[in-house]
Amino acid sequence: MNIPLLTVLGRMFLAFLEATGAVTAFAFHAVRQAVQPPYYRRQIVSQILEIGYYSLPVVGLTAIFTGMVLALQSYTGFARFSAESAIPNVVVVSLTRELGPVLASLMVAGRIGAAIAAEIGTMRVTEQIDALTTLSTDPFKYLVAPRLIAGIVTLPILVFVADIIGILGGFLVGVYKLDFNDAAYLRNTIDFLQFQDVFSGLVKAAVFGFLITLMGCYHGYTSKGGAQGVGMATTNAVVSASILIFTFNYFITEAFFAR
Amino acid sequence: MSVPSKISLRDVAKSFGPKKVLQGIDLDVAPGESMVVIGGSGTGKSVLLKCILGLMAPDRGSICVDGEETVAFNDRSRARVMRKFGMLFQGGALFDSLRVWENVAFGPIQSDGMKAEEAREVAVAKLGAVGLGPEIGELFPSELSGGMQKRVALARAIAREPEIIFFDEPTTGLDPIMADVINDLIVKCVSDLGATAVSITHDMASARKIGHRIGMLYEGRLIWQGPVADIDHSGNAHVDQFIHGRAEGPIRMQVRKL
Repeated sequence: MNIPLLTVLGRMFLAFLEATGAVTAFAFHAVRQAVQPPYYRRQIVSQILEIGYYSLPVVGLTAIFTGMVLALQSYTGFARFSAESAIPNVVVVSLTRELGPVLASLMVAGRIGAAIAAEIGTMRVTEQIDALTTLSTDPFKYLVAPRLIAGIVTLPILVFVADIIGILGGFLVGVYKLDFNDAAYLRNTIDFLQFQDVFSGLVKAAVFGFLITLMGCYHGYTSKGGAQGVGMATTNAVVSASILIFTFNYFITEAFFAR
Repeated sequence: MSVPSKISLRDVAKSFGPKKVLQGIDLDVAPGESMVVIGGSGTGKSVLLKCILGLMAPDRGSICVDGEETVAFNDRSRARVMRKFGMLFQGGALFDSLRVWENVAFGPIQSDGMKAEEAREVAVAKLGAVGLGPEIGELFPSELSGGMQKRVALARAIAREPEIIFFDEPTTGLDPIMADVINDLIVKCVSDLGATAVSITHDMASARKIGHRIGMLYEGRLIWQGPVADIDHSGNAHVDQFIHGRAEGPIRMQVRKL
C-alpha cells in the first residue's frame, strides 16, 4: 500500500495533538486533586524520601564529576588565552544555571520517572487502581498527587545540594590538580555568583520535578496490557520526561536571561 | 407489592470501537439476592461489572442502585454510592506495598477515617472470618499462596460491611478444593452481612453454589435468566451447551488454524 508522505505527516501531527491534549487534561486533573483535601500525608512523606533522600547518592556523584570535568576542560581551553582565572566563574555559573538542574533532573528522570511508571503501571494492569476506586479512594489523590508534590518540593533541594557538591568538585580539581590558590578560588566563585543564577536553577528544578513525576504517573496510569505495556510505559516516561526537560530548560532560560 | 430492586439495569450498552461488547442489558437484582452472570471468555461479563461499579461509563442505558440513577454521577455522588460496594477482583488486586492487615484495613482507614489501631482489630476479625489467623496479617501479599490471596481479598471486600458485594471470577486459578472453600466463604460472608451479591464466573460449580439466580451473557445480551434450580432445564440450547461444556452446539469458538 502506498501512503502519501503528506498523509503520514498529517497522521503523526494529529497523534501528537491527541497525546498533548491527553497529557494536559491529565495534568490539570492531577493538579486540581493535589490542591484539594484530603491530603495523604504519609504518602507525601514517603514519596519525598523516595524521590529526594534516596536520589542523593546518584545526584551527588553526577554533580561532583561534572564539576571536576568542567574545571579540567575549562582549564585546557582557557589556558590558550591565559584566562585561567575565569575557571571558578565558569564552573559556578555553568553548574547553578544549567548543569546542576539539567543533569540532576535527568538522573532523577531515569531513576524515579521509570520507577513511578513501573509501579503505577503494574497497579493498573493488576486492577489495584480499580481496587482503590472501589474502596472510595481517588487514585489521583492517593497515587498521583503525592508524587507530584514530592517532585516539586524535592528537586530544588536536590539541585541545591548538587550545586554545592559540583562546585566542590571544581574546587578540588582547581586547587589540588591545577594549583589554584584555595582562598582565591573560593573568592572568585562567591564574588561572581549572583542570586539569579541559583534562583533560576531552583525554579528549573521545581518545573523539572513536576514534569518527571507527571510523565511517570501519566504513562503508568494509562498503561495497557501486561508486562509489555508496563515496559513501554517505563520507557516512554523516561524519554518524554527527558525531552520535556530540555525543551522547558530553553524556555525558562529565555524567560530569565534573554535580553 | 413487589420489592424494589437493589440494582436495576435497563438497555445498558457498551462498545469499544467497532466491537459491541454489551448490546442492551436488562437486569434486576433484589435485595439480599445473589445473582450470578455466566458466559464464555470475552462475552462482556467484566465490562458489565465495571459499568455497574462505575469504573466504566456505558454508552447508553440506565443503571440504578437503590432506585438512584448512577450513570451521570459526579465524583462526590459516586463516592457515596461506592461506600455501599465491596469488590473481590479476579486476581485479588491486593496492594503489594502494604501488609495484609493494612490491605484489609485500607477502606476503614483511608475512606472512613477509622484510627489505625481500631482498623487493625477490624482487619484481624475479618481475616478470622475467612479462616486466616492474625499472624497472616503481618505478611505481604507476595508471601501468600493464590488461595490465601483470594481469602485476604474477600476479607478486604467485606471489611466495610458493604450492602452489595461483587465477585469477579472468584474461583479462577484455584484448585477444586480451594475453589469450594472460597465458595463456602462467599456464601457465609454474604449471608452473615445480609448483602446483595453479583458474581461473574464461568465456573458452573461455583455458580450453582453461590447463586440464587443465574443469567447467561452471550454476544452482549442476557439470553437467559432464572433460578439456579432451573438451569438444567432452561430450554435454551446455548445455556445447555455452556453448562455441560460441550464443544458442539450453537456457540462457536473462533479458533484460527495454525
